[in-house]
Amino acid sequence: MIRPTRAGVTLAAVLLAGTGLLVQAGLRDTLSYYRTPAELDADPAAPATRTRLTGMVVPGSVRHDGRQTVFRLAAEGHEVTVRQRGAPPDTFRAGQDAVVEGVLGPDGVFDSDQVVVRHGNDYRPAYDGSPGTAR
Amino acid sequence: MPFNSQTTLHSCIIGRVAFPRPRSTGTATRRSRPDTARTPDADARHGHPGTSSNRHAAADRRTLGWLTAGLTTAAATAGLLIAPPDALQGDAQRLMYLHVPAAWTAYLAFAAVLATSLGFLATRDPRWDRRARVAAELGVGLTALTIALGALWGRAVWGTWWAWDPRLVSTTLLLLVYTGYLAVRRTLGEGRTTPPARPVGGPAAIVGIAGFALVPLVHFSVVWWRSLHQPATILAPHRPPIDPLMAAALLLSVAAFTTAAAWIFLRRLAALERDTPPTAPLRSMARASVESR
Repeated sequence: MIRPTRAGVTLAAVLLAGTGLLVQAGLRDTLSYYRTPAELDADPAAPATRTRLTGMVVPGSVRHDGRQTVFRLAAEGHEVTVRQRGAPPDTFRAGQDAVVEGVLGPDGVFDSDQVVVRHGNDYRPAYDGSPGTAR
Repeated sequence: MPFNSQTTLHSCIIGRVAFPRPRSTGTATRRSRPDTARTPDADARHGHPGTSSNRHAAADRRTLGWLTAGLTTAAATAGLLIAPPDALQGDAQRLMYLHVPAAWTAYLAFAAVLATSLGFLATRDPRWDRRARVAAELGVGLTALTIALGALWGRAVWGTWWAWDPRLVSTTLLLLVYTGYLAVRRTLGEGRTTPPARPVGGPAAIVGIAGFALVPLVHFSVVWWRSLHQPATILAPHRPPIDPLMAAALLLSVAAFTTAAAWIFLRRLAALERDTPPTAPLRSMARASVESR
């Protein structure tokens, strides 16, 4: 006797809809989660589109300017200056990778409202004078 | 052995389909003892009425439980007290000793769903189907745990609870697919009517096998696509540096999670088999026997 219950069908529909929404919303930006400074430089349509940008936070470039943090992200020989609204996370360090989300302005400065820190898959104990503590 | 007309009928039907032992009413009384897993299937397999195989199974589970307790204590000591904090991430890195083994054990559970579902399709033996169900329940719980621990770790180190990153999205899909697997079982009537309204094992096995395709996708998402999530360390082809004490704590906690998962798997399986009525109504027994062929 084939008779799925109403609750079962509803549950299946909700799960399918959830999966569909996740796939639709997620995969749009997910499969290329970020772009590099070189790709941003090469793309004439880059200004005015919201995007994510990654690179190493250039040592010595981090400047706190009121409620803003300004720094440069570098990768593959290209650099982009980032103006970040709000404080970056505690783990944000010069010399580490970061991903910023925002829009490249007409002045060539990337206006970001979110910054997340990338970290590698190597793990080591803290020693005095470790490069991670340098700002 | 008390022998009545019902058991005689049983032995007629069951004997034909290779369940050599007639079920006695004594089985039903003994099964109320909580520490002995009464499994009609196991009895049938061994072909004798003795409970020694069940006592052995219960003793094995207890041994595994103590092994889990020991490994968990060792892993907690290593992860919390012995391993040093990470240079960049500080103490938040210790979440690795929970997040990584939870993900690994979830993979293992879904691999078990794959193997047991194939076993069920090959044999149509309901024992394989039960194992697939228990493995999927375990896998769903562990995937949810992985995502929750990952969110904590991500908040502490990346600065965000969630990111639309290939690893995070594919892991969430994995959770949804195996939640769907459990929903399919329930929709077909499992646990609501005895016997289920429709055969559960076949359709469930197909979902369980197809869903496993997501596991390599999740694991290699950090290699195939650009990701915020860091790639594997221990399973990396060229292993990046990891402090030996950290690696030891990680391997210990992987061992602890694996044995804990095996222990919970066996306990849950025994509980399910206890709940399978040993003297079910005649009609359903016959139907179950036909299905199991």
